[in-house]
Amino acid sequence: MSEVAAKSMIGAGIERREDDRLLTGHGRYLDDLELPGALSAAFLRSTYAHANVLSIDADAARELPGVVAVFTGEDLAEIQKPLAPKVMHPQLIDYPRLPMPPKAVHYVGEPIAIVVAESRYVAEDALELIEVDYEELPAVGSTAAALRPGGPMAHEGAETNVAVKLSQKAGDADKAIRAAPHTLTGEFFVTRGGGHSMETRAVAARFDLTTEQLIVWDTTQSPHYARQQLSVIYGMAEDDIRIIAPPDVGGGFGPKAQFYGEEVVIPWVAKLLERPVKWVEDRSENFVSAMMERSQTHRIEVAFDDDGRLIAVRDFVEHDQGAYCAGLQVPSITTSTVPGPYHVPNIYVELLACYTNMVPTSSVRGAGRPQAVFAMERMIDRIAEYLDLDPALVRERNLIQADEFPYEVGITFRDGSPLTYDSGDFPALLSGTLERLEYARTRAWQAEQRERGRMIGIGLAVYVEGCGLGPYEGAKIRLTNKGRILVTLAAAGQGQGYETVYAQIASDALGLNMDHIYVTTGDTSKIPFGQGTFASRITATAGPAVFQAAQQMRERLLDTASILLGCHPAEISFIGDRACRDGDVEKSKTLLELAQVANVGKHGITLPKGVQAGLETSSYFAPARAAYASGAHAAVVEVDPDTGGITVLRYIIGHDCGTVINPRLVDGQVIGGFAHGIGNAMYEEAAYDSDAQPQAASYLDYSLVSATEVPSVELFHIQTPSPLNPLGVKGAGEGGTIPAPAAIANAIEDALRPLGARINRAPVTPARIVDAIQDAAVVDQPA
Amino acid sequence: MREPKVNIEAPGHLISVTVNGSTRQHVVDDRLTLADFLRERLRLTGTHLGCEHGVCGACTVIVDGASVRSCLMLAVQVDGCDVETVEGLSGEGELNPLQQAFKKNYALQCGFCTPGFLMTLTAALREGPIKDEAEARDVLSGNICRCTGYTGLVQAVLDASKETQA
Repeated sequence: MSEVAAKSMIGAGIERREDDRLLTGHGRYLDDLELPGALSAAFLRSTYAHANVLSIDADAARELPGVVAVFTGEDLAEIQKPLAPKVMHPQLIDYPRLPMPPKAVHYVGEPIAIVVAESRYVAEDALELIEVDYEELPAVGSTAAALRPGGPMAHEGAETNVAVKLSQKAGDADKAIRAAPHTLTGEFFVTRGGGHSMETRAVAARFDLTTEQLIVWDTTQSPHYARQQLSVIYGMAEDDIRIIAPPDVGGGFGPKAQFYGEEVVIPWVAKLLERPVKWVEDRSENFVSAMMERSQTHRIEVAFDDDGRLIAVRDFVEHDQGAYCAGLQVPSITTSTVPGPYHVPNIYVELLACYTNMVPTSSVRGAGRPQAVFAMERMIDRIAEYLDLDPALVRERNLIQADEFPYEVGITFRDGSPLTYDSGDFPALLSGTLERLEYARTRAWQAEQRERGRMIGIGLAVYVEGCGLGPYEGAKIRLTNKGRILVTLAAAGQGQGYETVYAQIASDALGLNMDHIYVTTGDTSKIPFGQGTFASRITATAGPAVFQAAQQMRERLLDTASILLGCHPAEISFIGDRACRDGDVEKSKTLLELAQVANVGKHGITLPKGVQAGLETSSYFAPARAAYASGAHAAVVEVDPDTGGITVLRYIIGHDCGTVINPRLVDGQVIGGFAHGIGNAMYEEAAYDSDAQPQAASYLDYSLVSATEVPSVELFHIQTPSPLNPLGVKGAGEGGTIPAPAAIANAIEDALRPLGARINRAPVTPARIVDAIQDAAVVDQPA
Repeated sequence: MREPKVNIEAPGHLISVTVNGSTRQHVVDDRLTLADFLRERLRLTGTHLGCEHGVCGACTVIVDGASVRSCLMLAVQVDGCDVETVEGLSGEGELNPLQQAFKKNYALQCGFCTPGFLMTLTAALREGPIKDEAEARDVLSGNICRCTGYTGLVQAVLDASKETQA
C-alpha cells in the first residue's frame, strides 16, 4: 500500500519509510558513521567476580605502536562519580557504581581500563599487555547464596546482601490465608536472560574545540537521560553536550535504556585526547557487561474457595539486583504485577532485592512482569488441578470484568500512583483465545491422544502490562523553510518505525498528506526535553504529544493562510500541500509560501498584519498514570517424556493495546516480543557458576531462538481505548514476551500431568523435563 | 575499527577482489577480517557485525556463489574471489524481488540483521525454490533476528521464491 491520503492514517497498516535504506545496506548505525581521524577504544574488564584491584601495570601497552593512550580508573579520577540508580527507594543500601572503578571490582566484565589506539586490532593487542594484580574475594553467584546466613558478601564490609525490601499490601493476606478453606504453595524460579539486540552497545564522541561542545553518538534508548547524567558528572551545561542516537539503532529491548560507565569514559577521553574516539562493544563484552534481567525466585501461597475463587495471595520474592543497583524499576514492577487481571481481595507481596557479584540487572523486554505472571499463572493452574476444575474456568471466575474500569487494585504501581487499570476486557481476551483454540474440542483431542500415549498439554496465561509511563514525552513540529512539516521527537527508535508511525499521527491531526511530513528522532540538540524509549511508553506519550503539537500547527497554518487569502480559517482546507480557500486551488498558498511569509520573512520588512512569526509548535504530554495493555496466550505442546523434547503445536495470542496506529507494526511488536518470550520459556539462560563466573558468554552456550524454534502464532486484537490519552493508545512492545514462559510451562506441566511432574523454572529445557519426570517418579514410590 | 594508517611491521598482502562487480586491489594485513575489509576499507557498511563468532549471520556475504560469514573469513582469503554484499542487490534505486518481499511482509524492524538474511536467502534461492514454511524456516535458521519473531521473514521467503522462480 502506498502512502495515499486515506481518511485516517491512524489505523492504516502502511509500509515503513525506514525500510528502503535498511534493505539496501544504507542504514546509518553507529559503527557506520564516518568520523575522520577517529581512534578506536577497547576496555579491559575484570576477570574476577569480586576482587580488590591492587595495581594495574599498563606500561607495555602504552609502548605498543599504534596505541595513543591507556587510562585506568585512577587516571580518570575526575569522572569516577556514581552512576545513580534510575528508580530509588529511601531504604535502599546503595553502593556507588563508578564508570571505571579504580580500587575494586564486583562482577566479571566490569571495565577497569581503556586503551585508545589507531585501530581496534591494536587496542585489543594492548589489552593483553596490561598486567592487573587482583586480590580475589569470595563472590556471590545467586540470590540463594546472597541470603545464606554466614555466606559471602557481594560488597566487602557489608552486613547484608539485601539492597532493599519492597512490599505491597491490600487487605489482610495473613488472616485470609489462615481462614481460607484451601491453600496451595509453590516455588518458582525464572533465570537471567539478556536483551541481545543484534547491534551491541556503542558510543562515539568528538569534542569541538571551537564551540567547546561535546558531541556524543550513542546507541542509547534514552539520549536526554544520558545527557543529563553526563552534564552532572562532567559539570558541563546541558547545551554543551549533544547526544545523538543515530537514526538506525539495531534493537534495544531495555539494556540500552540504561546508563553505563563506557558512556562516561568515551566522551571524556575524546575530550582529553582532542581526537574523536569510537567504541563498539563486541559480543563477548555484551555478554558480560550489558545489563540483564529476570532472575527471581517466587515463594507464593494462594488461598481460594471451593469454586477456585482467589481469596488471598502471598508472594515472597528474591530478586537478583546484580553487583550494583542500576534502579529499582524491575523489582517494583514485579511486585505490582503479581495480582494481574484477577480479583485478589487480599494480597501481600514482599521482595528482597539482593546484591550478587553478577552484571547489574535492569529492564529487559517484559521488565519484571514475566516473572510475576509466571508465579501467578502457574498457581492458577495448580488451583484448577487441586479442585479438579478446568484451568480456563478458574481464570474466568477470577477475572476482573469489562464493566469494572477504572479498577483499583489496592496496591501501588512503580510510577507512584495507586495501581489502577484504565480499561480492558479480560474476559473477551480469554474467550476469544479459547474460541480460536476450539478449546473444548482441543481438550477432547488431548484426552484421546493421551489414551494413545501422546503427551499433549494446553497452557493458558492471562496478563496485564502497565505501560505508557510518565513523566512525559515531547514533540516539536515545524514548517521548514523548504515547506515541509518536520516532526521532531525526543524519543529515539531502535527499529519500531517511528519515522512512519509519527508521520501517520501527525497526518491525521494536520489534515495533510503524509508525503509532506517527515520525522526525526533522538537528538538532544533538536528538542530540549525527553525521557526515552522504555516501558512500552512512546506511543502513549510521544503519540499524544505529536497529535497535540500537530493540531496546534494546523491552527497556525490555517490562521496564516486565512490572513494571506483574506478569509476565515474555517474556510481553509488542504489540497496536497496547498492551503485552499473554499477548496479552490486558484485561491491558495502552498506550505512553501506560508513558510516564506511567516518563517523566512523579509529583512527589515513588517509581517503582514495578523501573521504570527515562526511556524513552530511543541507539546509535552504527561499521562496521569500508566495505561494497561493486556492479553491472553494459549499454547498447545507435545512433550516426549523420554527425551524431554518439546514441540509447540499451536500458539494463540489475544492482545489489547488500545487504539492501534499501524496494525502491521503492532503485530510485529507482539510477535517479536513473543519470540523473546519463547526464548525465555525454553532456551535462554545466562548461567553463572557459584563463583559468579559467567558460563554462557557466547551464542554457542546461550541459545537465541532462530526461525526453527519460534512457532507460528495466531494473533488477534481487541481494542479498548485508554481514557488516559487523546489517542486511546497503550503500549505494545512487551506484551508478547510477558506471559509466554507461563503459558509454555503451564502447557508442559499439563502434558506431563499423568506423570505428576512439576515444572517450577523457566526456561523449561529437555533436561529439566527429564529431571522433573524422574523426581515425580521418586515421589510416587511408596516409602 | 579503523586500521592503522601506517602498517606496523606487517608488510601486508596485495589482494585483488571483485566486489559487487568491480575489481579492487588492496594491501591488507594478515589478520584483517573480510567483514572489516568490506566495512572499513571499502566503506560498504551494509554488512553488519552482530557476534563476530559466526553464529548470528548478520555479516553474511556471498563469496564465489556461497554464503559465508565475513566475520570468520580473512580478507586475504578472498584474493581472486567474487564477493557480493547487500549493496549489490538492487539496481538503479529499485528494490529487487527479495527486498520487496521483505518490505511487503514487514520482515525487518531494526534492520541490523537484515543484510545477512538477504544474502543468505539470495544464495539459497539461486539453488532452487523454497516451497513451504518448514523449508523456509530451515533456510532462515542460520541467521538470528531479535525483532520480528520470523513470521514476516518466513512469508517473505515464500513470496520471493514464487516471484523469482516463476
